[in-house]
Amino acid sequence: MTRRSHWLIGGGAAIVLLGAPGLLRSYGVYLLSYWLVFVVATMGLNLTVGYAGQVSLGHAAFLGVGAYSVAILMKAGHSFWLGLPVAAALCFVLGLGLGFPALRVQSIYLAFATLGFNVAMWLVMRNEEWLTGGTSGITDVGRPGVLGWSLTGGRAYYYFELAVAAALGALLWRLLRSPWGRAFTALRDNPIRAESLGIHVQAYTLLAFAIGAAYAGVAGALFAGLVQFVEPTPFSLGASFLMYLMVVVGGAGSVFGPALGAAVGVLLPEWLRFAQGWYLVAFGVAVVLLMRWLPGGLVSIPDRVRARRAGAAPTTRGRT
Amino acid sequence: MTAPLLEVVGLEKSYGAIRAVDGVSFSVMPGEIFGVIGPNGSGKTTMFNSVLGQIRPSAGTIALEGRDITHLSPLQLSRRGVGRTFQALQVFGQMTVRDNLIVAAQEHRGTLLRRLFAAADNGLGARADELLAQFRLRDVAHRRAGELSYGQQKLVDIAMAFMSDPVLVLLDEPCAGVHPGLVDGIRRLLQELNQARRRSFVVIEHNMEFVQQLCHRILVMVEGRVLAIGTPAEIRANRQVLDAYLGA
Repeated sequence: MTRRSHWLIGGGAAIVLLGAPGLLRSYGVYLLSYWLVFVVATMGLNLTVGYAGQVSLGHAAFLGVGAYSVAILMKAGHSFWLGLPVAAALCFVLGLGLGFPALRVQSIYLAFATLGFNVAMWLVMRNEEWLTGGTSGITDVGRPGVLGWSLTGGRAYYYFELAVAAALGALLWRLLRSPWGRAFTALRDNPIRAESLGIHVQAYTLLAFAIGAAYAGVAGALFAGLVQFVEPTPFSLGASFLMYLMVVVGGAGSVFGPALGAAVGVLLPEWLRFAQGWYLVAFGVAVVLLMRWLPGGLVSIPDRVRARRAGAAPTTRGRT
Repeated sequence: MTAPLLEVVGLEKSYGAIRAVDGVSFSVMPGEIFGVIGPNGSGKTTMFNSVLGQIRPSAGTIALEGRDITHLSPLQLSRRGVGRTFQALQVFGQMTVRDNLIVAAQEHRGTLLRRLFAAADNGLGARADELLAQFRLRDVAHRRAGELSYGQQKLVDIAMAFMSDPVLVLLDEPCAGVHPGLVDGIRRLLQELNQARRRSFVVIEHNMEFVQQLCHRILVMVEGRVLAIGTPAEIRANRQVLDAYLGA
């Protein structure tokens, strides 16, 4: 995609996202807010998976740590505005820790290491009742206000999330266009060559995990404010798989991929509700078909169309 | 007398009972193009990878500019000014050709944190453009490297090794798989780089004509050992080399 088409798509998306709440009922606004949580979370996972080429099946754990950080701090009487940076910082540090197995193991072995991390963190959330409230969770998590403007309403909170997602998207955009972004891509495409060029493979691998985890921490904080009730279920292994699926279906290693993938993961099941008891089956089939026909994810559609017009085989962007 | 740039003494690499590299010693002088030839399986690439920290030698020492580098990692060697190419193509296919060159040197400038806030090209754009022109890659600078022909990718691969202005470059079969028409072009480019910047190279290559025309001295390896070291004329006249390698 050219820079011009990036700006056109970004501008069009901004108009739709700013205008959408005015056309939707409260459940629709809630769903869009829920989608934004996963847009932020999968932006981070896309950095780890799509750009740095690492496998991570522990992303839901960071989402949970972010949510619990805000919920616990707010329950103790602190502000959301303290909880938000604490969530990001705590997840950054945990992400550094999770990155260490990636220095030793790759592919399926790394997948299992991160999967184990998710299970361990989920058990902490469920069993450490003194801290997390166990299966009963933490209720009445408040929503913040900003400059005297309350964010308690659904639409106000949606716009707050949209602002955070836009700011984090811009930050990631800048990061990927810095030498760091190029180093992440080099690391993904060919770590042996990258090291021979002086790229510190260990440092960049750890950073990819840590920054990705910090994004999930912020997403978790937004989630806590949105749902206003934090319990372990949304942070189980299934959520990690779903987020990985979102990145791959959207298009790993592309800027807009996570937003599209999160739409498939969050909004598509809702649109398939007409299938009643079969809606999850329909969702599964839709994902299988998408992966069959679009292995490069939804963002590869323009490339495929162009390739078909030119009569050539399409190129697949990014890697998983 | 000038001190050697690279000095390898008694290098050995064993895999169980098999000695892939057996007591290899040689030195490379500043500004010298040093060739390494030998039949397949003679231990050239194992020796190369031992020097470059890709594999750990079983014995021997390696010194660069008088300092021991025997057990340094490829990362540390890169930061000491040692560039390399691999036998197989190793460009970053998803990046543009220009970005391939920039990524090849960006880690040699500034600290990790400074690079986060640096301009996208980290101040290397002019150097990249200079090499793109020298390697006749300017027209494809903004195309993805993976979309280029094999020969063009080979040129990108070689140009990457020179981006950080290394003191020593080790080239593993730079002409392998390249169209014969391009071989002369690669030789001229390497000679230009050698003369303009007085850079030293170690070149492994099977193309004898290329090696004889390019290199100042040549080392012949057979069965992990050094059979002979000398100028191209001396190697051509060496009876042992003729019998063991060039005989046909």
